[in-house]
Amino acid sequence: MPDLSGFDFTSEFWKWFITVPSVIGVLWCGYFAWRYSGRSAGQKVETMGHVWDGDLEEYNNPLPRWWLNMFYLTVAWGAVFLVFYPGLPVFEGLKKWTQYRQYDAEIAAADARYGPIFQKFAGQDIPALAANPEAITVGKRLFATYCIQCHGADARGARGYPNLADGDWLWGGAPDQIQETILNGRQGVMPPWGELLGKEKVNEVAEYVLGLSGRPVDAAVAARGKEVFTQNCVACHGPDGKGNPALGAANLTDDVWLYGGSQERVRETIAGGRQGRMPAHKEFLGEAKVHLLAAYVYSLTHQGGAQTASP
Amino acid sequence: MIAHEKIEKNIGLMIALIIFTVSIGGLVQIVPLFFMHSTTEPVQGLKPYSGLELAGRDVYVREGCYLCHSQMIRPFRAETERYGHYSLAGEFVYDRPFQWGSKRTGPDLQRVGGRYSDDWHRAHLTNPRDVVPESIMPGYPWLADAKVDPQLVVRKMTVLKDAFGHPYTDEDFAAAKTGLEGKTEMDALIAYLQSLGTAVKTRR
Repeated sequence: MPDLSGFDFTSEFWKWFITVPSVIGVLWCGYFAWRYSGRSAGQKVETMGHVWDGDLEEYNNPLPRWWLNMFYLTVAWGAVFLVFYPGLPVFEGLKKWTQYRQYDAEIAAADARYGPIFQKFAGQDIPALAANPEAITVGKRLFATYCIQCHGADARGARGYPNLADGDWLWGGAPDQIQETILNGRQGVMPPWGELLGKEKVNEVAEYVLGLSGRPVDAAVAARGKEVFTQNCVACHGPDGKGNPALGAANLTDDVWLYGGSQERVRETIAGGRQGRMPAHKEFLGEAKVHLLAAYVYSLTHQGGAQTASP
Repeated sequence: MIAHEKIEKNIGLMIALIIFTVSIGGLVQIVPLFFMHSTTEPVQGLKPYSGLELAGRDVYVREGCYLCHSQMIRPFRAETERYGHYSLAGEFVYDRPFQWGSKRTGPDLQRVGGRYSDDWHRAHLTNPRDVVPESIMPGYPWLADAKVDPQLVVRKMTVLKDAFGHPYTDEDFAAAKTGLEGKTEMDALIAYLQSLGTAVKTRR
């Protein structure tokens, strides 16, 4: 963290470069107004000494008293400000104010107020929180602030952004798995197979994959696809195509399609690969908030802490 | 009132004295900022923009993103809760000029790096309504068709290195030459956005 005092100059010279003109400026304003605005009773007002048009002259009247007093007030205000606030680099001011100290005080006040709430929730496990309406209210608001841009206001996702309410999980739906996903993010690694397999084999394996989810397919093409699948896809998706949450490999048998389930989309996914990425939120949100977010997400499929949607 | 008359009747002298008086404020308030550690030195971990990011930054400027998006998180809780750590002067030393902006029609972008996936940005820049239904941001689909000119980017990096002392290494130049081959302005802009504000990792 750099020095945020606002006065970390490369040389002491600059501190005086600011201080001297500032102090002189304030004093000079006061002196100047006082020196050139004097009016004594009975004194004759002189003209400025120039004449236009033969008889037009300009009186050198002193400044109005009300105006002058306001000017003195602003000078006094300047002096008071420099005493209390950090206007001069050589003196930080009696209040010791900086914008960052004000910010830290604001944060400390917020922590004192909201900290105990988060503290209370941080000590409870996620299924318990999922059954706690107060925790879910907080979690839902956090979700609405930080998550809906991708997962949608109803948490039902969009193409490329997983539906969190359907009980189907790429990276696992256990409470600690959800929390891990939010904390550290996830990086999907479906490689592109288009060049390696060629168009025909991609189409065959797409047909087989669609068949795994019970879609009507051309049995002969799917049978050829199964061979391709067994050679190339089982390492991640498993021999039965049920996926592997440790790798984020999708279950291909449940008719849930993150990138679209049309024949064309599935072919596109196989040929071009998919690198879906869930950003990490640990540093940004902190563990306490992520804990509540995980509880909210968990509650979407476990109302009252009990499972409601089957995977 | 001799001085009064002398100044009023000698316009050259008056101009000189006015310039002297007016410049004091600027000299005292602005010039010392050029001689502060926190405003002139990069924060720890800050790197100059890579070739692709630099190209994206120029797209950002060209399309006028700064008119609706600021890159300046103020030290208020209401801002840091939403956007992350407040901005530090040392984060902008490689920005010429900085893109602080002055109006937020859209959200602040100073720490948007890493917040969304590349795919999200691609969808969002093409048609923002696809991912944020209530968005009023215009789409920028043509960026996906416009190619980045690697030679031009390398020349910009050379200028930044020679004239402004940005610490680019030979590897940076080599990476820019090969890394920019076939890249679109969309790729460049996303790379720039993903780099924003990532030098400061903590929230507070």
